[in-house]
Amino acid sequence: MVAVYIIIGIVAILLIFFIATYNGLIRLRNQLRNAWAQIDVQLKRRYDLIPNLIETVKGYMKYERATLEAVTKARNLAQSLASGDVGARSKAEGELSGALARLLAVAENYPDLKANQNFLALQEELTSTENKISFSRQYYNDSVLKLNNKAQMFPSNVVASMTGFKLGEFFEVTIAEEREAPKVDLT
Amino acid sequence: MWEQIRANQTRSVVLTAGMGILLLLLGYFLGLYFFESGIGGLIIALIVWGLMSLVAYFQGDNILLAVSRARKISRDDHPQLYNVVEEMKIASGLEKMPDIYIIDDPALNAFATGRNPDKAAVTITSGLLAKLNRDELQGVIGHEISHIKNRDVLLMAMCAVMLGTIVILAWYATRVLFFSGMAGGRRSSGSGGGQGQIIILAVGILLMILAPIAAQLIYFAISRKREYLADASSALYTRYPEGLASALEKISASTAQLKSANQATAPMYTVNPFRKEGKPASNLTSTHPPISERIRILRAMSGASLSDYDQAYQQAKGGTGIAPASALALDGLAGGAALRAPSPEAKPVEEFPQKVERARETSDLMWRLNDYKTVNCTCGTKLRVPPRFKESTVRCPHCGRTNSV
Repeated sequence: MVAVYIIIGIVAILLIFFIATYNGLIRLRNQLRNAWAQIDVQLKRRYDLIPNLIETVKGYMKYERATLEAVTKARNLAQSLASGDVGARSKAEGELSGALARLLAVAENYPDLKANQNFLALQEELTSTENKISFSRQYYNDSVLKLNNKAQMFPSNVVASMTGFKLGEFFEVTIAEEREAPKVDLT
Repeated sequence: MWEQIRANQTRSVVLTAGMGILLLLLGYFLGLYFFESGIGGLIIALIVWGLMSLVAYFQGDNILLAVSRARKISRDDHPQLYNVVEEMKIASGLEKMPDIYIIDDPALNAFATGRNPDKAAVTITSGLLAKLNRDELQGVIGHEISHIKNRDVLLMAMCAVMLGTIVILAWYATRVLFFSGMAGGRRSSGSGGGQGQIIILAVGILLMILAPIAAQLIYFAISRKREYLADASSALYTRYPEGLASALEKISASTAQLKSANQATAPMYTVNPFRKEGKPASNLTSTHPPISERIRILRAMSGASLSDYDQAYQQAKGGTGIAPASALALDGLAGGAALRAPSPEAKPVEEFPQKVERARETSDLMWRLNDYKTVNCTCGTKLRVPPRFKESTVRCPHCGRTNSV
């Protein structure tokens, strides 16, 4: 009789452990998906801000047409790839970041522009959006790390493999230092 | 890296439990003395504590914000601040955007409120807002957001309530004891309990004196731990420890005092809001670790993860060769108490000036137990020298004289 109770006890403990671990994994996976969606939100916000920015600076930066065009082109390319595969998209987004950084750096040479309230507000919005993009990537990667750790480490890996849990994929950063405010001047 | 947060939380829980036991002991012995029933005292202590906890839990943020005269702002009022808060919200993975408040005060400080992450708010003084650049602001907001994320706000509020209860109980008990003593020993004529009575009285008095002090020491210990943890998390979120470090530097250079802070709310601020006029903030911290120490740790970080912070922290704690001798003597132990006597705000009951003396003696005792040597400088400053301090002389950070150890 005692043996039966012991067995029932062990099974119950295993079951509770299984449920708790599984729920933990699901929570992490949802967190991961949410983090991924967050990146999208911020990227879209950037697409929306760029036309405004171009409109504002156009009048001041008559001799920087190439820079402006590069930004517009990069933006349109990135937007068109938004639903495409992750690799191509992140490359296009990286190029957009680079083009924007160049534009903001060049803007430093135009005192009139820097006195324009509208431009200053846009600059703050863009800086912040760039930050939000990298922070949401960072959080996404932190979440991937947590999920992968849990899915690969004993004993939770047993539950993960039983339920066929997929590992998260790290977001590779294509631009070296994009979170830093652009300070370089390109001459 | 997440394990460290958890380990720290366990320690906080242990310390909090210690405080709870202290409260119950105090209630028990006071009950035993005043109503000859320990359980009665226990129940009274619990009721007082429970009521205060309820108020703190449900109305704490509102009271705090109202007392500090903070006004809520929207995105349009200050887009940059709003953006920075949102950035840190994203970086920390907080689900709901916290409310943002500004206190119009030239003092430099910030704090977080909210019993849970869904009801959280971040408050910053207009002085600090004006003084910081974007990166520094990010560091400070990251620090506050991690207080929310790590649920420090609730923990510290509950600890503050417990501390308050202990102080109130001890204070009233002292009063009653004093007056009944004046009235000619009502108790001794009545029951005449003999030895048992005397022992209970002795324990009761001892607890009345020691409990508030001990509770405060525990409270400060918890608070300091949470501060370090929040610094570490801020560095993790921003991946830029220098931002917070230079913000702290700016704050420590300022001497303006926040008018609307009070004793109980002190641990919620980024830096201790009670700094004596004209004295740099780094010297008089008890609820907060010394700012210089925090800056040094942040600057010593080789990466931005929590383990990097931990490494830097241990390095700073180990202290050989990193800090100049004077700094070592000043705050040799991470989270070490201020060199000078505890600041006045650490004394909730101002009517008893001898309490300051008692608190000093107690803390001296604690330091001695940890093998700290005490060197008396001729200028009146007491230097506490950590056991691993190897040199034979130490410079007094107050007057600059050299003393032999």
